[in-house]
Amino acid sequence: MSYEGWILLTGSLVGISCGIVGCFLILRKMAMLADAISHTVLLGIVGAYLISNSLEGVYMLIGAAVVGILTAFFVQLLHSIGVQSDAAIGVVFTSLFAVGVILLSLFGGKVHLDVEHALMGEITFIPWDILEINGINLGPKAVWMLGTVLILNLIIILLFYKEIKISSFDPDMAVALGIPVLFIHYLLMGMLSLTTVASFDSVGAILVVAMLIVPGATAYLLTDKLSVMLMLSALVGVLSAIAGYFIAMIFNVSISGSMAVAAGVIFAITFVLSPTHGLLSRWLARKRLQNKSA
Amino acid sequence: MNPVTVENVTVAYHSKPVLQEVSFSVPEGKLIGIIGPNGAGKSTLIKAVLGLVPRASGDVYIYGKPYKQQRKLVGYVPQRGSVDWDFPTNALDVVLMGRYGHIGWFKRPSKKDVEFAMSCLEKVGMKEYANRQISQLSGGQQQRVFLARALAQDATVYFMDEPFVGVDAATEKAIISLLNELKAQGKTVLVVHHDLQTVKEYFDWVLLLNMRKIAIGPTEETFTLENLQKTYGGRLTFLHQQHAIVNQQ
Repeated sequence: MSYEGWILLTGSLVGISCGIVGCFLILRKMAMLADAISHTVLLGIVGAYLISNSLEGVYMLIGAAVVGILTAFFVQLLHSIGVQSDAAIGVVFTSLFAVGVILLSLFGGKVHLDVEHALMGEITFIPWDILEINGINLGPKAVWMLGTVLILNLIIILLFYKEIKISSFDPDMAVALGIPVLFIHYLLMGMLSLTTVASFDSVGAILVVAMLIVPGATAYLLTDKLSVMLMLSALVGVLSAIAGYFIAMIFNVSISGSMAVAAGVIFAITFVLSPTHGLLSRWLARKRLQNKSA
Repeated sequence: MNPVTVENVTVAYHSKPVLQEVSFSVPEGKLIGIIGPNGAGKSTLIKAVLGLVPRASGDVYIYGKPYKQQRKLVGYVPQRGSVDWDFPTNALDVVLMGRYGHIGWFKRPSKKDVEFAMSCLEKVGMKEYANRQISQLSGGQQQRVFLARALAQDATVYFMDEPFVGVDAATEKAIISLLNELKAQGKTVLVVHHDLQTVKEYFDWVLLLNMRKIAIGPTEETFTLENLQKTYGGRLTFLHQQHAIVNQQ
């Protein structure tokens, strides 16, 4: 595949994975937790490097999953003893992220891992970081990592679809029915952490939040059915990635930045033009009512 | 055997007690109203039975066994305001959630589950709204969907948290006739209820609650001015109205 093809594939995989996971964050009103985990996984990555002394994807994923779930756990813990949940997120997220930054500045000099790279990502390097087994070129490592995480996410969602759905809509009922709501919560947090770290290299910690939240928020405006929302969200993710890449090529600007901008533009258009929830259709419906009553 | 037995249940939020040493049991096949002022712990009592809030102490039995072993016997109608009605789903889907406890892990609702859920929607007069997005239903219709979901649980004991709040008169009538139908089938229904005026009309039994159990028993013996005074304490102006209600009936 061409250099450009790999970049588009990587971006699309980020769009699909983030889009799907993001839907559940929006429905569970936990968008801020995405912001938190996208930052604290930095600690997971640095920690994984310090322990394993390598920058292999597997260690990164494990480190990120551990710290991601720890983040969710600490937030839950503070909340359960009476700290407001947004304050709990703020405290946990900044503290763990700061530890990551300190560790990085202490030991990061020796490795190819720096704060700017972690925050902004660099998708243009991805096609050069190839996975080779027995001298056979299997394509970029990032594509393999993103593909694995996407398949894992899809399997989890298919297996636990109804449990995730009811514990998002009506957690009390779910508990009464004997569904392990806390387990489902941590399962989703695990998915979020893995998705975040796999997307990290391509879009970075700040823009991964855009890819997590904006496609889901757009899909929410377009449908009243959860399964359709998940598919639309993935589609918006892919569109943002592809449109973002070409915007970046045309104007010679940051690719990850352009992807987030593209996602924002798609959201804005949907917000105005959505046939059911859009500003325009609601305005027209109001006008029609006024005309009728007049 | 008693459908519900509660023994010495105490619940506290942040060390502030909400329920203190509540004990009672209820007979089979009755409509039981749980009555008490705001903050009396009525909802908390239901939630403590269903394991939704942790009990500081005490035990709960459904037909002689702990709730965890008897989940399939119990149906639940939470307060309508406890969920986000903008969730992307339709009425039928919500009712199907009542089947989840029967379906088991990794499986999808079967055709039979869907048919059963439809029949439950029909019982509450909501069949034609099956595919309606839930945010487009009125308050009364949403309450009926919750009720249909409890019916879909196919339970023997039902706990309902304020099903009459914010519903129109037609829905209130529909709900009460449904409750009577459940009773006729030998099922036991416990209902958290606010409106003292309708207590005598709706319920066979009442449980009067204000952090502690004040009284429990058949409505005509238990729903007395004396017990109401004990339950509602020094709220005098309020009590005058109660006095009128009790005398009136």
